[in-house]
Amino acid sequence: MAPTRLAGLDTSARGRERGRASASRARGAVPGAATARAVAPCQAGTRVSIDTRSLTAEGAAGLLEQGDVTAEELVEAYLAAIDAHDSELHAYLRVAAPRGNGVPIAMKDCITTEGVETTAASKILQGYVPIYDSTVASRCKSAGLPLLGKTNMDEFAMGSSTENSAYGPSRNPWDPERVPGGSSGGSAAAVAGGLAPWALGSDTGGSIKQPAALCGIVGLRPTYGAVSRYGIIAFASSLDQVGPMTKTVRDCALLYSLIAGRDPYDSTTVELPEPVRMPEREDLKGVRVGVPPELNEAQGIEPGVAAAVADAVALAKSLGAEIVDVRLPQSVEYGLPCYYLIAPAEASANLARYDGVRYGYRGEATDDLTELYEQTRWQGFGPEPARRIMLGTYALSAGYYDAYYGQAQKVRTIIRDEHATAFERADVLFSPTSPTVAFSLGARTENPLAMYVSDLLTIPSCMAGLPGLSIPCGLSEGLPVGLQLIGPQFSENMLFDAGHALERALGFDYVPARLRAAGS
Amino acid sequence: MLHLARLARLEIPEAELERVQEQLGAILEAVGKVAELDLADVEPTSHPLYVVNVWDEDNIRPSLSREAALANAPDATDGAFRVPAVG
Repeated sequence: MAPTRLAGLDTSARGRERGRASASRARGAVPGAATARAVAPCQAGTRVSIDTRSLTAEGAAGLLEQGDVTAEELVEAYLAAIDAHDSELHAYLRVAAPRGNGVPIAMKDCITTEGVETTAASKILQGYVPIYDSTVASRCKSAGLPLLGKTNMDEFAMGSSTENSAYGPSRNPWDPERVPGGSSGGSAAAVAGGLAPWALGSDTGGSIKQPAALCGIVGLRPTYGAVSRYGIIAFASSLDQVGPMTKTVRDCALLYSLIAGRDPYDSTTVELPEPVRMPEREDLKGVRVGVPPELNEAQGIEPGVAAAVADAVALAKSLGAEIVDVRLPQSVEYGLPCYYLIAPAEASANLARYDGVRYGYRGEATDDLTELYEQTRWQGFGPEPARRIMLGTYALSAGYYDAYYGQAQKVRTIIRDEHATAFERADVLFSPTSPTVAFSLGARTENPLAMYVSDLLTIPSCMAGLPGLSIPCGLSEGLPVGLQLIGPQFSENMLFDAGHALERALGFDYVPARLRAAGS
Repeated sequence: MLHLARLARLEIPEAELERVQEQLGAILEAVGKVAELDLADVEPTSHPLYVVNVWDEDNIRPSLSREAALANAPDATDGAFRVPAVG
């Protein structure tokens, strides 16, 4: 990203002024990370030390702009951090050969990258080297962002812990015995662990927001239609969205501004109704915050999570927000079953293309084409994609279509209408992002339904195509708690403003506690 | 169950059929909850945005070369994907 890009977000002279000011501010005083720490060993020739654990993308852009580091030095610092720590975190499936003059970035492995193997963490795509770039990868490339590598995920983005990766799970930088969440868990772990300044994830029912929450970082699931899905390995096409995973809300806005907007290669995208603004707001005066009880008092929400979110609501009030009463009577209760019909149904169609003929894994030699398909697919797909393909095939099959898929689509209308009603009274809805903090590896792998509940609170707004931001709002049992902010369609600027004001007031330190103590 | 596996083009080994069936049964029971609601008068939503008739410019653009299209094929022969005979 060329430094002018930072300023280029705001075309006014005042905006350019702010861009410079914020870049230098971020260098020394990123909210929550202002304290000096022992720094990672710096590369020969580096004029300032680079602490990848605390450096924000905006801070890194500032360093580049001031000429304090070169893009090569920045990349070297992150590659050194990956070298030192990825054996523990397994955030990356593979490291690329980063090129570009901007702030380096990591991308989830379902994002197609020309010349860089892209597997969606599935065996069935092992060895697949795309011959084209996804629109988001191409936009990042045009902005000069060097690609550090491809991050681990649940296979085909199906899961909430990265334990469904065919290549082994990622681990949470706050506690390596715990999951980073999923499905964009590798991206979350990379950013939280200082192995990337920022990353792209994808979200179908919570796959950006939930891992961001579990790893103590910021994640945005954009409005459906805001970001191109061209070149994103499809899971559920009416739900999939790509979004930023970052250390701060400002980084999130910056990365969103680089990837959002209409793409002729994805007919579901639209022009943003207004340009992306870098958030500056420090209060919430005049903002009406809805706290729907169905999302905040749902069964299974841990007391420590509820307490941290309640504190954030109180803080919002002290910043001038007005708390209003809103309800989502059926969206939460029926959201999860609705999602687990619609998403698998769409997945069963999207995953039909993996047949061992054009790319990826092919089953053992056989002299019958149908047998080749069936062998390739059973051997190539892991248990969760196979399960969802079966489930989706069933929900779409003759005799069951109306009762399952058709009914779920009608539930989706109810969910959309309930949210529209809520937004007549509120500008933004608050809730926990995840009912729990990061759970232990293996805790939910035996029972698919136990894993599905991880997304209970993120799913309803996804079904309605709404944007959602997760920001860290405190700790419970020493682990990060995520606050979910949901807005109406295309209200990202409002979410960034509210998130930024709260982030400042909260002062959450996104560097995992054990890495602060370790000091190297 | 075998019919479903065939529709999904998945060759589930005999030994695993029972386990898969059990898991699917539990999930179907949970998602079957949507049937509780009386939604006879509700229109279905298939897409979260109201976007209709998006047209692409009718221009001639270069397309993939044969070589590029075959680059990732597990088995390519004579400029084509090679597969077993259709049974």
